Amino acid sequence: MVERKSIGNLMPHVILWIGIAIVAFPVYLAFIGSTHDAATIANGQMPPTPGPHFLENYYRTIFVGTSATTREPVGTMIVNSFVMAIGIAVGKIAISIISAYAIVYFRFPFRMWFFWIVFITLMLPVEVRIYPTYKVAADLSLLDTYAGLVLPLIASATATLLFRQFFMTVPDELVEASRMDGAGPIRFFWDTLLPLSRTNMAALFVIMFIYGWTQYLWPLLITTRDDMQTIIIGIKKMIVTSDALTEWQLVMCTVMLAMLPPVFVVITMQRLFVRGLIETEK
Amino acid sequence: MAGVKLEEVRKVYAGNVEAVKGVSFEVPDGHFCVLVGPSGCGKSTLLRMIAGLETTTSGVISIGGEVVNHVEPSERDIAMVFQNYALYPHMNVYNNLAYGLRNRRTPKPEIDQRVREAARILEIEPLLARKPRELSGGQRQRVAMGRAIVRKPKAFLFDEPLSNLDAKLRVSMRVEIKKLQRSLGTTSIYVTHDQLEAMTLADMLVVMNVGRVEQIGPPLEIYERPATTFVAAFIGAPPMNLLRMKAQEAAALIDGAAIGIPEDGAIVGVRPEDLSLSTDGSQPAGGITLGLIVNAVERVGPETFVYGSVERGDDIIVRVPGQDAPGAGERVVAVARREKLHRFSTDGSRRLGD
Repeated sequence: MVERKSIGNLMPHVILWIGIAIVAFPVYLAFIGSTHDAATIANGQMPPTPGPHFLENYYRTIFVGTSATTREPVGTMIVNSFVMAIGIAVGKIAISIISAYAIVYFRFPFRMWFFWIVFITLMLPVEVRIYPTYKVAADLSLLDTYAGLVLPLIASATATLLFRQFFMTVPDELVEASRMDGAGPIRFFWDTLLPLSRTNMAALFVIMFIYGWTQYLWPLLITTRDDMQTIIIGIKKMIVTSDALTEWQLVMCTVMLAMLPPVFVVITMQRLFVRGLIETEK
Repeated sequence: MAGVKLEEVRKVYAGNVEAVKGVSFEVPDGHFCVLVGPSGCGKSTLLRMIAGLETTTSGVISIGGEVVNHVEPSERDIAMVFQNYALYPHMNVYNNLAYGLRNRRTPKPEIDQRVREAARILEIEPLLARKPRELSGGQRQRVAMGRAIVRKPKAFLFDEPLSNLDAKLRVSMRVEIKKLQRSLGTTSIYVTHDQLEAMTLADMLVVMNVGRVEQIGPPLEIYERPATTFVAAFIGAPPMNLLRMKAQEAAALIDGAAIGIPEDGAIVGVRPEDLSLSTDGSQPAGGITLGLIVNAVERVGPETFVYGSVERGDDIIVRVPGQDAPGAGERVVAVARREKLHRFSTDGSRRLGD
């Protein structure tokens, strides 16, 4: 019995360690790659330990950029990616919390109709409506602008539904108490509903930030200028398949840099994130 | 300070459900009015209409002489204590109390002074910095009352405020609510389904049933002289014994013919506490005598409830002081004096005689 129990405890650990190794090894390899010079990587015999070019490579990546392909320093791309990801996350939260508030707390004609329309947009992600969305963005001269990167992705049925579900768990008496206390709809929203939604907003922010950060298709279409491209697009553009030599050490630096912000966001907001998804603070 | 007056107030919900069917009464300034009735009788709806949280289908509601039918809840100058307290979970106790005043743009020093005064009255001063979730049920209850009293409203509305508390706390909070209302002298309307709460708190009791008022009056008067069999059964625990009888049956059970039971019969009621068990079978002059077979006996300490049935089949409850009572299966005789008998019309809607 004792033996079996210890094996029983060991197995999950083994499985988890294998999982971690599978996920972490490529990341490790990317890190190693980012610390060697181009020749070491190109000869196909990259050592499994970090090389001596760490500072040099990262400096070049962030402030100079590749010599041939993208021409833009990755620092600019990171700024672009940040603007896009934060714009999308904040925009989605702002719009969806307002729509959910309207749908849950106000009685207006076609209320449920609007709700279902919002619901149906779940079936229409960017990839499906890409041509009309591009056309609209182009007609509004949003190409190569931050607005063009952010606005078309901002509406979110998922977030609206999430807030709606949360609002429905807020007791009616709280609304009534607010009314008795002389708080109108806007006051109630600011003073009571927003503070109560804090954890939900944090959870959504994490999800939506990563969604925005990892966008590929839309920024690829909407940006043509080098100084407007995001870091994800940048990685793709750095890898050349034609005659030029891919500067792998810089690609690996970019990859490492692209991974950091999502990791940072998840780590700093993890506690709120978990609370937002598992408990409702009422 | 002001009275509350209702005239023919009705509430019809969508789908023609009539929740309140024409209710009129007036709560004089400073009085404690309790609306009591079984669940679904419309008492909470009525309270919410007075609060302005429900619209009034027809009729007139006035507070302090001013018709408030179309006035926003916050403009009616009333405060409400909710059943689940409805404290703002993210605000500490101080801010919970201050919130309504801030929305009314009360000057800051005055807010502070009023909040501290309310906290002192309710003895929640040490809790001012806490969040509602760090409070016990009784403390939350106090905060909810504090939120009502800081506003110094014309009237307090209570919607079953004690029903979430445990039995012991309920009794002590009941006493405190009464004391508080006395000392503030604010007109109060209190909704409950608990007849004991109703009896102990009210200056004025309104008994409601299926959207109508059954009887209005001081609690003891309602207890002594219930207007209908519904009131007779609802007020008082255990409920009044009600026996449907024809004139000649009454003559057989009740000594003295002058009791005045109509020919087509009546419902005769007698409270369990007015019945006593007679050991020698003697009958008080002009009283009722009921031969019982004891079915069950409940000893609760200071008193004992004897459940029995008369030969005709009606169940009867007798309250006996102390613990001395017959055992189950025994035959006993319960008697009551004539002035303790209540008579109602056969449909139970009217009190007869006296």
